[in-house]
Amino acid sequence: MPTGNLSDVIVVGAGVVGAACAYYAAGAGLRVTVVDRGCVAGGTTGAGEGNLLVSDKEPGPELELALCSGRLWAELAGTLPPRIEYEPKGGLVVAPGAAGMSALRDFTARQRTAGVTAEETPAERLRDLEPHLAPGLAGGVHYPQDAQVMPALAAAHLLRAAGGRVRLRLGEEVTGLLAGPDGAMRGVRTRHGEIHAPYVVNAAGTWGGELARLAGVELPVLPRRGFVLVTEPLPRVVRHKVYAADYVADVASGSAALQTSAVVEGTPAGPVLIGASRERVGFDRTLSPRALWRLAAGATALFPVLAAVRAMRAYTGFRPYLPDHLPAIGPDPRVPGLLHACGHEGAGIGLAPATGLIVARCVTGAEPPLDIGPFAPDRFAPSACTAPD
Amino acid sequence: MTTSPSELSDPSDPYDLAVVGAGPAGLAGAVAAAERGLRVVLLEAAAHTGGQYYRHPAPAARAARPEALHHGWPVYADLSRRLAGSGVRHCPGHHVWSVTKDAPDGPWSAHCLTGDDGCDERPVRVRARALLLATGAYERQLPFPGWTLPGVVGAGGAQAMLKSGLVLPGRRIVVAGSGPLLLAVASSLATAGAHVPAVIEAAGYLGYARHPRALVTNPWKAAEALVHGTALLRHRVRMVTRSAVTEVHGTGRVEAVTVARLDRDWRPVQGSGRRIACDVLAVGHGLVPQIELATALGCATRRTADGTAALVLDGLQETSVRGLWAAGETGGAGGVQLALAEGELAGISVAVRVRGKRGEGRRIRELRRRRDRLRAFADAMSAVHAPGPGWQRWLTDDTDVCRCEEVTAARIREAADELGARDVRTVKLLTRAGMGWCQGRMCGTAVACLAARGGTPEPPAERRPFAVPVPLSALTALGEPDDDVPR
Amino acid sequence: MARTPADLVGAQPGPPFEITFDGRSVTARPGQTVAAALWGAGIMAWRTTRDGGRPRGVFCGIGQCFDCLATVNGRPNRRACLVPARPGDAIVTQEGHGHDHLAV
Repeated sequence: MPTGNLSDVIVVGAGVVGAACAYYAAGAGLRVTVVDRGCVAGGTTGAGEGNLLVSDKEPGPELELALCSGRLWAELAGTLPPRIEYEPKGGLVVAPGAAGMSALRDFTARQRTAGVTAEETPAERLRDLEPHLAPGLAGGVHYPQDAQVMPALAAAHLLRAAGGRVRLRLGEEVTGLLAGPDGAMRGVRTRHGEIHAPYVVNAAGTWGGELARLAGVELPVLPRRGFVLVTEPLPRVVRHKVYAADYVADVASGSAALQTSAVVEGTPAGPVLIGASRERVGFDRTLSPRALWRLAAGATALFPVLAAVRAMRAYTGFRPYLPDHLPAIGPDPRVPGLLHACGHEGAGIGLAPATGLIVARCVTGAEPPLDIGPFAPDRFAPSACTAPD
Repeated sequence: MTTSPSELSDPSDPYDLAVVGAGPAGLAGAVAAAERGLRVVLLEAAAHTGGQYYRHPAPAARAARPEALHHGWPVYADLSRRLAGSGVRHCPGHHVWSVTKDAPDGPWSAHCLTGDDGCDERPVRVRARALLLATGAYERQLPFPGWTLPGVVGAGGAQAMLKSGLVLPGRRIVVAGSGPLLLAVASSLATAGAHVPAVIEAAGYLGYARHPRALVTNPWKAAEALVHGTALLRHRVRMVTRSAVTEVHGTGRVEAVTVARLDRDWRPVQGSGRRIACDVLAVGHGLVPQIELATALGCATRRTADGTAALVLDGLQETSVRGLWAAGETGGAGGVQLALAEGELAGISVAVRVRGKRGEGRRIRELRRRRDRLRAFADAMSAVHAPGPGWQRWLTDDTDVCRCEEVTAARIREAADELGARDVRTVKLLTRAGMGWCQGRMCGTAVACLAARGGTPEPPAERRPFAVPVPLSALTALGEPDDDVPR
Repeated sequence: MARTPADLVGAQPGPPFEITFDGRSVTARPGQTVAAALWGAGIMAWRTTRDGGRPRGVFCGIGQCFDCLATVNGRPNRRACLVPARPGDAIVTQEGHGHDHLAV
């Protein structure tokens, strides 16, 4: 148990990414203090569906991160209590028409070369996988590597499993970062006092940009709003994570306009979750009838049986995204001792373990599990564009 | 195929005012506005007007003396008569699940489900320039071992079932909890033929003595208490203060309750428990303003003296969101006289805003004075009945706190003590308490107290994006809003 | 002095009618909700919970708590305290979420 206000690492943010950073850092023998102005899982983590997805990712650095993370989640599921509701249930991407199916086929061919398992499912076999699916779909692809976890419980149990090396300071907002005469990090200031450590990890999610600014560096994290509809409790009516092929295009889009594609999945607790709208509207939480309509229409088009089912609530979350839709992970070369672990957009739950492992390895001077070049936190700085290699 | 929800109003010609809720405040507001020339629509979930206070049997019961279960029935009879002659479009069976605005300067859209319990196929959208929320309150509950047993009912619930269904839940009914409603409930139940062995009140009524001014300036309140008191005397109902039902006994249904004395902080006094045989317990701890339609729009709230969240209202009943008014219990539970005054004041205030009505100054001043006086009394009363922190002592580890999702006190304490939950929302995420059908209405107060871990609890935020559960078919019927489709 | 609530308000409804609860006949009076009719027959529970299988009936009495959910004429999750009883209604104890037939 860390004593006093001295730790090896301070993690700012008690969401799932911060929790994973703390978990792997503690596992490497470090003393960690996690600071959050709210509660555990109080931000985007608490508003997420708990997607651990490879199916929606193109070959590239994010997919590599997702594959690594998927392996880590499977490991964690053996360590953390069953209450985190880890379900390796697989994803099913369906194409409404022939053109969509052909595009999906091309997409999966490229994914396979990157290590994704993707099994094409002809139209007539779709209902073997999902008996309530609407008739008339052109076909689909089954992704056995997709999984789901209950995000808030996953974050809470990662922190608890990290044990005595992790100290939690909740309800404390970080108001300043402390730097030594050489500019290197030496801790954080909160309204309750100072906490000292040679490393500070920015896992502040949507507020990651603000925290970076406290350190005097620019990290353009922006919120992208999403609504999720939650139905009344049901038996298992949807087995996989099921979504329409246009979801992938929406995820990769930079558009500010509302995009929706039905993403439908059951939960062990009973309710079916229906996502996923994306729009750039700042931090506006007002319910949007248009988004609700699109979500409901998309879900009932895939699963007509849901039309008579009642939605009990809807929740709003803000995905923290960076302009190139890749997270910022690793040491910030501009501020010695500052590391970033934010900007995961809608994939933070899935990408958390690999992110946490990278951060822990960077702090201890070990080799990261994969190439972190594409996630360099200073890649958006004006100087980064002009600097020679 | 997607069809547009039925329109109760021409989109290009909205109502002047939509009133949500046809209880005392809503009726007074609708009538006041309509009598000043406004086009008013009155949306009410129930099949007839009256709300909870003037709840009465359905016409099919053909009750010759509905007033036998009410005080102040002539006031309701008068409002009903004026409503019928006012041109107000009255829409019973309309459950407003959300209020939205398509454009900043545009009208409100009240989205409604229809039918007895909102299960009809036909959703409806009603547009109006101004909105008056008179959605009332629901009863506050605190859990205790055995409170999920059939035969434990809300005190207000027992009264509601009596007033409308003309039924009693049993023969021998203990009434318990806190708040002035308990006396009214016990008096109604006893008058209707039930045996009420005791009313168990957690507060001490002597507390009112600390607010003599509020009492003296509200003589009708004292008169009302006297009426109940007389009825209770006549039916030999024993009044026990500074005590609580700390456990319910029975298998399958209620057979007895344990009543214990409470100390100043509502901690049960050890060894003071004794059993009272009964087949029903009617229990409640005051009222919680029903304000989720407003909080979804960002309306500011305040903490009332007894720890609930109520809407912040200006001198003319407008919320912090322009164009959205509220009256009655939504601004803090305060009883029927206050609701009537606030409803009328809101109705006039909307008429002044929307139609530029003049010459209302005198009536407005009169109503404001009455409102301020009644509000002061309500605040004094709610301070007396605020639950003390010691109530949590009567919870056992396996007491269900969340009735819908069956979440025990032990699991909520674990979330707060060991998993990093510090507020209602995070407890909900980590335990599912408050995620069920009632969306935290029954357990919200208790969860807030447990999450505060001995500190002063924040009132539950009363944020529910859907005020009632909405079939997905009703959401798909929302269609493209007007800003997408040129008209 | 009035001995029943109906006497108290001088109710003179039309003739009572029959509904069924789990197959047995229950008498309802015009103007009553399903819950009121069941209470009138001394029935206090008509749902069992999803996890514990425990009995529930009316709690709040005004449509807020959803404890009184029942399966009415084959349709689950109706709030019995709001739904009027109609002649011939078949009320069935609802087990859990009431949607077992949808399970895959």
